[in-house]
Amino acid sequence: MHALADTAPAHGGRRAGVVAWLLLTPLALWLVLFVVVPMLGLVVYSFCQRDDLGRVVFEFSWENYARVFDPIYLKILGRSIGYAALTTVLCVAIGYPVAWYIARQRSPLRERLLLLVMIPFWTSFLIRTYAWIAILKSEGLLNGLLQFSGVVAAPLSLLYTPTAVVIGLVYAYLPFMILPIYGSAEKLDNALVEAAHDLGAGPIRAFSHVIIPLTWPGIAAGIMLVFVPAIGMFAITDLMGGAQVPLIGNVIQNQFFRARNAPFGAALGVVFTLLFVVTYAMAHRRRRTTTT
Amino acid sequence: MRPPLSPPSFRVRWSGLRLLDVGLGVWTGLVFLFLYLPILVLVVYSFNESRLNVVWEGFTFEWYGRLWDDTRIARALKNSLVVASFTTVLSVVLGTVGAWLLHRYRYRFGSTLQTLIAVPMIMPEIVMGISLLILFTTAGLKLGFFTVIVAHTTFCFPFVLIAVQARLQGMDPALEEAALDLGATPLRAFLLVIVPYLRPAILSGALMAFTLSLDELIVTFFTASAQVATLPLLVFGMAKVGLNPMLNALSALFIIATVAFVLFSEHLRRLGRRTP
Repeated sequence: MHALADTAPAHGGRRAGVVAWLLLTPLALWLVLFVVVPMLGLVVYSFCQRDDLGRVVFEFSWENYARVFDPIYLKILGRSIGYAALTTVLCVAIGYPVAWYIARQRSPLRERLLLLVMIPFWTSFLIRTYAWIAILKSEGLLNGLLQFSGVVAAPLSLLYTPTAVVIGLVYAYLPFMILPIYGSAEKLDNALVEAAHDLGAGPIRAFSHVIIPLTWPGIAAGIMLVFVPAIGMFAITDLMGGAQVPLIGNVIQNQFFRARNAPFGAALGVVFTLLFVVTYAMAHRRRRTTTT
Repeated sequence: MRPPLSPPSFRVRWSGLRLLDVGLGVWTGLVFLFLYLPILVLVVYSFNESRLNVVWEGFTFEWYGRLWDDTRIARALKNSLVVASFTTVLSVVLGTVGAWLLHRYRYRFGSTLQTLIAVPMIMPEIVMGISLLILFTTAGLKLGFFTVIVAHTTFCFPFVLIAVQARLQGMDPALEEAALDLGATPLRAFLLVIVPYLRPAILSGALMAFTLSLDELIVTFFTASAQVATLPLLVFGMAKVGLNPMLNALSALFIIATVAFVLFSEHLRRLGRRTP
């Protein structure tokens, strides 16, 4: 009897005793100290002031948030969201057919194609961005080819343009869109698509009414992996855009180093976090309404 | 007269779908070209004698040789390896023990904890970077190895934990019971029975933590000092200046290492699937 009571189902397990709690303490403490406390600290900082030397003064004020709504910063925020949205749309448009195609292949070929997505996925985005610098720079490959073939006389300035930024972002994030969509497309039961055909749906209707809703979890996961990071990504915009196209990530980074205005940087960080939460909630709500 | 077995419209639709399939295949090929061509160009030009990427002036290993002699790169590589090693060990311990405890016992606030574990995985890196920077400066900690390792472990250990949790879900509870019935203490059962069972998940989690740490730029940017600058920080600084043949060579090495890593982890994954 006693033994039976002891072997409760492992999932969920038995109630944690003192020892189990003690063992869990390092993990819980780590999460509190390095996830919860820093987030609270960020919020506290965002309401602080700084003195002339850039030191933080703990004095409550809304000033940093008022400054976020300054037209200059609103414009940068809008531009960041615009770039990230464009990147996300391009990644879906380019990546969806690829994910779909790979998911429909037979086993050995499918795994091999997937491996081809994994390699850029795991290759450092810095290296991959640098590869584009080598191509787009005025003394880079593309200009060399154009000049050599006589298309242009003088090198074009391809790098440090908005186009270069978008190319860099799409190139960096494309694998992060393909993989989750593949995950959904692979699980999709082909019988459902055939049923739609049999019931008289044309390819477009089948796509918009059956395939898209069923692969939405993958698209939503892809949006989370592309849209949110792309908003705050300052490294790619630094490298591909020079200082020409400052995005919100560049501004935040600046506040903590060159401008030495950590409280304002914190306020921007809080706004960014809110944006992230809203995106997350929206991606998940869509998912819930489509699966029920 | 009997109607034809398949209506003509069927054939039309079929050939239309077939055409779509070919189109998708071509598109996929083009996308792979887009993904791989820049990387390949980089690798090829790392052997170019010319300092610029435009003209091919001959094959050379010169840049690799210079890379080897460069003390800055050697130090950044050493820093990266130190950080990634400590991060991996800490992540494996926190992740494995945590996954086991959350699987085996029922905690109050267990689901809150589970949510908190997911936060560092999905939180924007820049927010994590600045919030940790604020914590470290407020606590009066000097930025260095300690701060970078803490930051890296925070976003790496959840990946180990999730990987281990996935494997635990398929585990037969009798495995631990048998060990306990045979007289093993819970600690011995964990170390001698559970951990070996979890080994594929621990290994792939560790590999992931190591790579994530080695690759990370944004969080490191905010939590490292110049003395402990990691390889990505150095590469970022070099790439900002522009083309650099040494950076071509370094990138080529990175790419080759990544390919090896992906193939190795794929191998691990297959092994993990084979053993029940």
